[in-house]
Amino acid sequence: MSRELINLIIQATGESLFMVSVAALVATAFGLPIGVFLATSRKGELFAAPAVNGVLGMVVNATRSTPFIILVVAIIPFTRLIAGTSIGSGAAIVPLTIAATPFIARLVEGAIREVDGGLIETASSFGASPLQIVFKVLIPEALPGLVLALTLAVVSLLGYSAMVGAVGGGGLGDLGIRYGYQRFMPEMMLAVVVVLIALVQTVQTVGDYLARRVNRRLRHR
Amino acid sequence: MVRFEAVSKIYPAYRDKPSVQALRDVDFAIPRGSITGVIGRSGAGKSSLVRLINGLEKPSAGRVVVDNSEISVLAGRELRLAQRSIGMIFQHFNLLSSRTAAANIALPLEIAGWSKADIAVRVAELLDLVGISDKYDRYPSELSGGQKQRIGIARALATRPNVLLSDEATSALDPQTTRAILDLLANINRELGVTIVLITHEMSVVRQLARDVVVIDDGHIVERGNVADIFTHPKHPVTQAFLSEVVGDSVPVSLASRLEAEAIPGGKAVIRVQVQGVDAGNTIVARLARELSVDVALLSARIDEIGGQQVGSLTLAIPGGEAAAARAVSYLSQHKFPVERLGYVA
Repeated sequence: MSRELINLIIQATGESLFMVSVAALVATAFGLPIGVFLATSRKGELFAAPAVNGVLGMVVNATRSTPFIILVVAIIPFTRLIAGTSIGSGAAIVPLTIAATPFIARLVEGAIREVDGGLIETASSFGASPLQIVFKVLIPEALPGLVLALTLAVVSLLGYSAMVGAVGGGGLGDLGIRYGYQRFMPEMMLAVVVVLIALVQTVQTVGDYLARRVNRRLRHR
Repeated sequence: MVRFEAVSKIYPAYRDKPSVQALRDVDFAIPRGSITGVIGRSGAGKSSLVRLINGLEKPSAGRVVVDNSEISVLAGRELRLAQRSIGMIFQHFNLLSSRTAAANIALPLEIAGWSKADIAVRVAELLDLVGISDKYDRYPSELSGGQKQRIGIARALATRPNVLLSDEATSALDPQTTRAILDLLANINRELGVTIVLITHEMSVVRQLARDVVVIDDGHIVERGNVADIFTHPKHPVTQAFLSEVVGDSVPVSLASRLEAEAIPGGKAVIRVQVQGVDAGNTIVARLARELSVDVALLSARIDEIGGQQVGSLTLAIPGGEAAAARAVSYLSQHKFPVERLGYVA
């Protein structure tokens, strides 16, 4: 493989990592609080607001059931508004974030709901406010689950980021389609797939390691 | 001091569950510095009662007053401030798995807004008080049940509460550990003057620790008073059932299989005597034997101490035919020992 092609792969990998990391950060910033709220706002819960919970849950479901490639196209006007353009890696961050936020919110909700309800009662019994319960009990206790949830979200984002290549989003997917498929360069396609596999493996391994590190439930010296 | 004034608690129907009346018109007071056991069967309303004391639940009617403030009407910040003077320990300890022993104890102090330096001093004191100073940096997953409950107790006492609520705190522990934890609670009551309210379904816990007892059944208080008085003269069937847990009213299996309903020629009559009171159990068998001039045989006996008094039951075999048996029963009844005929053995 020529040096030129290798440079293309390196550049595309950089673009993919850029898209994924910015989207993951922004989606976590939105998804984490939404997920915590979903997990604590049913009837009788900490921030009980069943109606808001129901509406938010429906919005989350609607976003999650829209196929990603359709979402990308459907929100092009919104993407232009935010990013000034609908083409390129920067613009691709917008649909990636919008797809990942509800995904992360649901995963966060699941992780928070895993926390023993007795701990909420315990913290209430010594006068903790709902926000103190969230920050001192729910999030620390759910941390291993949250780390695994974010790992899963990043892995999914890597997959999505390859898809935005189809609509000029740049990155590894773009490279695979333009060189591997349209110019019929199987070695390029193979290289893209190998790099993606390596990225997913790395993210998963690091995520698993971090989740184990923060899990005190099963640790013995 | 904790006072219930005409308190009722109804849980409204929810989905497929019908509404439940957990407490009905409950009236009682727990004096400052006392240890009160609240005993009842599962579902009798004990948990509701204890959760009304620290404001985790609101009464449907009536007032709950703790230390002269009506906790049942407090909400928000005022309620949270009041809750800091009421500690609670739990059956399953409810420790945060993500925090070390010391950090678990620090949690209520962080919530109350103490400074880091003050927290460190207080946590060290508390670790020492409950006797687990060497475990300060261990996570709950590395500790035994007894050690976890010690952390739970230290955490409950962190903000120097006046009242300590115990919700079945020893039910998940083995008998030896239970004893150690109850001893610790007795010390805390003696040294710190903390009022302790113990919710339990185990008679042995009330017997070992409490001075006063409240017997609760189906949302009602059916008996209450001094532990010794209540359990030496139990009136309500539920109280009697709890008492029999300790003193035993069952006939040993080997004896039961030999018991006959009809008199056996040359056999013995079997009677059971309830013994109560400080000096009662000691000489009754000897006195009975002397009175009847027969060799009274002791088939089984169970005597235990409740509130400083001996309480128990003896199963006796009386030889000498129906006449001797009748005399034994009347002699014991005369001396105010409850007695019942069980049957006959060869």
